[in-house]
Amino acid sequence: MSAVLADTGLPPLSRVGNWFNDPANWWGSMGLLTRIREHVEYSAIILILATLIALPVGLLIGHTNRGVVSVVGVANGLRAVPTLGLVILLAVWIVPKIHSRAAVPGLLQRGALPYFIPVVIALILLALPPILTSTYAGVQNVDPAVRDAARGMGMTEWQIVRKVEWPCALPLIMSGLRSATLQVIATVTIAAYLPFLGGLGRFIKDGTGSLTDLRYGYPAMVAAGLTVAVLAVLADLLLNLVQRLVVSPGVSGRFSNRRRPGPLAADATAEVPATSS
Amino acid sequence: MNLWDYLTDSQTIDWLKTTLWLAVVPVAVGLVLALPIGWVGSRYKWTYPPIISVFGLLYTIPSLVLFLVVPGIIGTSFLAATNVAIALSVYTLALLTRTVADGLSSVSQDTLAAASAMGYTGLQRMFKVQLPLAVPVIGAGVRVAAVSNVSLISVASVIGVAQLGGLFTEAYNNASTTPAIAGLIWFIVLALVFDAIVLVCVRLLTPWQRAVRAR
Repeated sequence: MSAVLADTGLPPLSRVGNWFNDPANWWGSMGLLTRIREHVEYSAIILILATLIALPVGLLIGHTNRGVVSVVGVANGLRAVPTLGLVILLAVWIVPKIHSRAAVPGLLQRGALPYFIPVVIALILLALPPILTSTYAGVQNVDPAVRDAARGMGMTEWQIVRKVEWPCALPLIMSGLRSATLQVIATVTIAAYLPFLGGLGRFIKDGTGSLTDLRYGYPAMVAAGLTVAVLAVLADLLLNLVQRLVVSPGVSGRFSNRRRPGPLAADATAEVPATSS
Repeated sequence: MNLWDYLTDSQTIDWLKTTLWLAVVPVAVGLVLALPIGWVGSRYKWTYPPIISVFGLLYTIPSLVLFLVVPGIIGTSFLAATNVAIALSVYTLALLTRTVADGLSSVSQDTLAAASAMGYTGLQRMFKVQLPLAVPVIGAGVRVAAVSNVSLISVASVIGVAQLGGLFTEAYNNASTTPAIAGLIWFIVLALVFDAIVLVCVRLLTPWQRAVRAR
């Protein structure tokens, strides 16, 4: 096995353990902890912006049932666009036009802003389809009878969206948000393709130039990659927890094993005409 | 070079061949492996939750990480396209296992009971009744896998594996948008073509759907 590995010229994967064990790789402005912070900050900004765009649009087209074909078509088309290509296209196009050299403390160093904008735009486009389609599908999945009942009770359209469709659609919306989060955390690594930007991709991009280096080469690349995977899993667990907290127990069916008088029980519906006649 | 040159020069065509290979083989391999595993998940219900969690976890691993780790595990060269093919196969497998299990489970028990009553053995029933009826569900999953696969291939450019994503690297190095546009066109065309091919295969494998609709 070691002979095979020697052929490829790569340090063995066991070196990744040594890399993690060296505190010098963790601390400092170019250390693992800083890169993790940047990675999380970039991902959070992108996900918040994408959610702010996709949620209202998804609720609107789900509620009105208008523009479904075009919006969902565009969202599905976006899935086919390779994000790296979009980042580079936008970077080559936009960077020369932005002359701000401003730094954002704790987020972007001096000169990074023009490069950050293309990354944010391209990754928002990556995160939009899952959130948008799940929001719209969640609203559409609401039983029409429930919506009619709400209307019959005199709710306004806005009340129907807020009090009926939103809570019923929340489980699906959360699952869309979770898959968007996974994709964004995995893909923010390509930010490092551009200069001045950090994130865990920095180790991966910079490592390609010195693969055999035990500190900056292949072991650092794999270590950073594994950290991205751990971040993705942690974010998914966190959102799973959030989902448990925000989704109404009546919708998620977490209390369904308790015995309770079922509102849809056959005898209950059979009795209604009997008493009214 | 203008856009047409970037779309068609010999370097691009070389990259296109690699990309085509990377788009087709992983989906085929992933599907072939997902079929038996998904079958186990649908046949023995107690295996479903663990199978779904394990493959769900596998799917959370970023593709770039797999591109990096594969050469360290199997000893291929760092820039070999094989690494990308293996990584994307694992990804497709992770995505399709659940789809196959759900698709096979979606076939009605009455249908299966009818098939058994007509004398189908377990294996015949599987291949002549249950699997064909699950094709629409499985096909939908394969379409998602095929399209996302194509756009994941370009990520391999970050570490330098030669494929159509090289056009993006070229765009960045020359500070020119033209190669990037050429690359985007090729990737989107490939994704659309694969999507259409899978769709046609699903149609051909499910002639009864058209027969029912025509009535």
